[in-house]
Amino acid sequence: MEANIAIPSDRKNTWSGGGVRPFSASYGKMMMWFFILSDALTFSGFLAAYGLTRFKFIDSWPIADEVFTHIPFIHGEFPMYYVAFMTFVLIFSSVTMVLAVDAGHQMKKSKVTWYMFATIIGGLIFVGSQAWEWNTFINGTYGAVKTTDGKLLQFVKDGHQIALSDFVVGERNDGRVTHTKKNGLWFESGEEVSNYSLAQIKTSYAANPSIFVRSEQINLEEKQKIIFSREKGLAELAKAEQIVEGANLEVNEYGNTIFANFFFFITGFHGFHVLSGIVLNIIIFFNVILGTYEKRGHYEMVEKVGLYWHFVDLVWVFVFTFFYLV
Amino acid sequence: MAHTHESNVKKIWMVFGLLSVVTIVEVALGIIKPDLLHKTSFLGTSPLNWIFIILTLFKAYYIAWSFMHLEGEKKWFRRAVVWTGIFLICYLVTLLLIEGNYLFDTLAPLVRW
Repeated sequence: MEANIAIPSDRKNTWSGGGVRPFSASYGKMMMWFFILSDALTFSGFLAAYGLTRFKFIDSWPIADEVFTHIPFIHGEFPMYYVAFMTFVLIFSSVTMVLAVDAGHQMKKSKVTWYMFATIIGGLIFVGSQAWEWNTFINGTYGAVKTTDGKLLQFVKDGHQIALSDFVVGERNDGRVTHTKKNGLWFESGEEVSNYSLAQIKTSYAANPSIFVRSEQINLEEKQKIIFSREKGLAELAKAEQIVEGANLEVNEYGNTIFANFFFFITGFHGFHVLSGIVLNIIIFFNVILGTYEKRGHYEMVEKVGLYWHFVDLVWVFVFTFFYLV
Repeated sequence: MAHTHESNVKKIWMVFGLLSVVTIVEVALGIIKPDLLHKTSFLGTSPLNWIFIILTLFKAYYIAWSFMHLEGEKKWFRRAVVWTGIFLICYLVTLLLIEGNYLFDTLAPLVRW
């Protein structure tokens, strides 16, 4: 009978589960594990949906190496290096976290403090890098053109993608300017008007025989995007209706709309986890400094928050593989 | 918590070394993309992708077993977490990837490039 009813207590054990330790795991740690399990299922749901979509558009999915090519402060194309750096930062902050847990087992307060501090710094570097990555992704580099039948056309020269600014010449000739709060009717701003007009892009393309148009479609043998002949490129360009620079939730210069949507959603959800991890780490960090766990006699809270932090790293390992490598 | 109070520092750094080496190998392969691995196909995708996936699972194993200290938990607690996760994820991924393939087979012929 006793097992099935709530036992009145002095409420000190409400959150700790008292002395009950199924499988020798404390209540808090066990619940952290079950939370991690459910969160892992959430992430796997997202990644599996990403997988489904990718298989659905297997012949036109953007190639990661051509999208994520930037390193802060340096010009040029360096696929992958920056995400590899981010991966290292996160793995390393996992190491300092596990070192903090280890020092906690030995009740070494100052060591725990410093390792927690290093973990927080690692987390901040990672989130900052991700913000930079988003910024680069949203602003775009090359620019592209969207046709009336929903296809995206990019421009290449000597087999490498080039930006609109690399080949479009002259001034836009339709007199449109961006409608801002300052110059507009009423106090509203309008959609940003590109530096170029479609007519300008078409004439620049026609005038320069070294420029080719690249399709979204992948040659599945070569695993490269198909580049149109000059004539076919001109015919496709005739259908152009919109200049696309950068990325938003409706259109992006990299290819399928849903590619950018998944990028924002999955890396954003992961980034949000990292952010909450940092907040938790900071709380625990101050508790360590205040000596809360020294008084309590054990550093299990560090271990619990550590589990969450490692989980965030674990998820990133998969995101890294499926967004940037595969 | 294994309730052993000896230090695992040496082992932690070894696991870090291992994870770093695997990441470097992944990145190197991702940049070089050897034709032999990249442009061939094996069980539905390229051998390169299979290498990436296997190395990822390898890393995940070490993070969970060593950093999250699953090796120190009681056997059936470990199984309650790991088996549940692995079973449900495999189930979902299998169904969704098959479905994605079907969508491609059905819809791709309707797209005019």
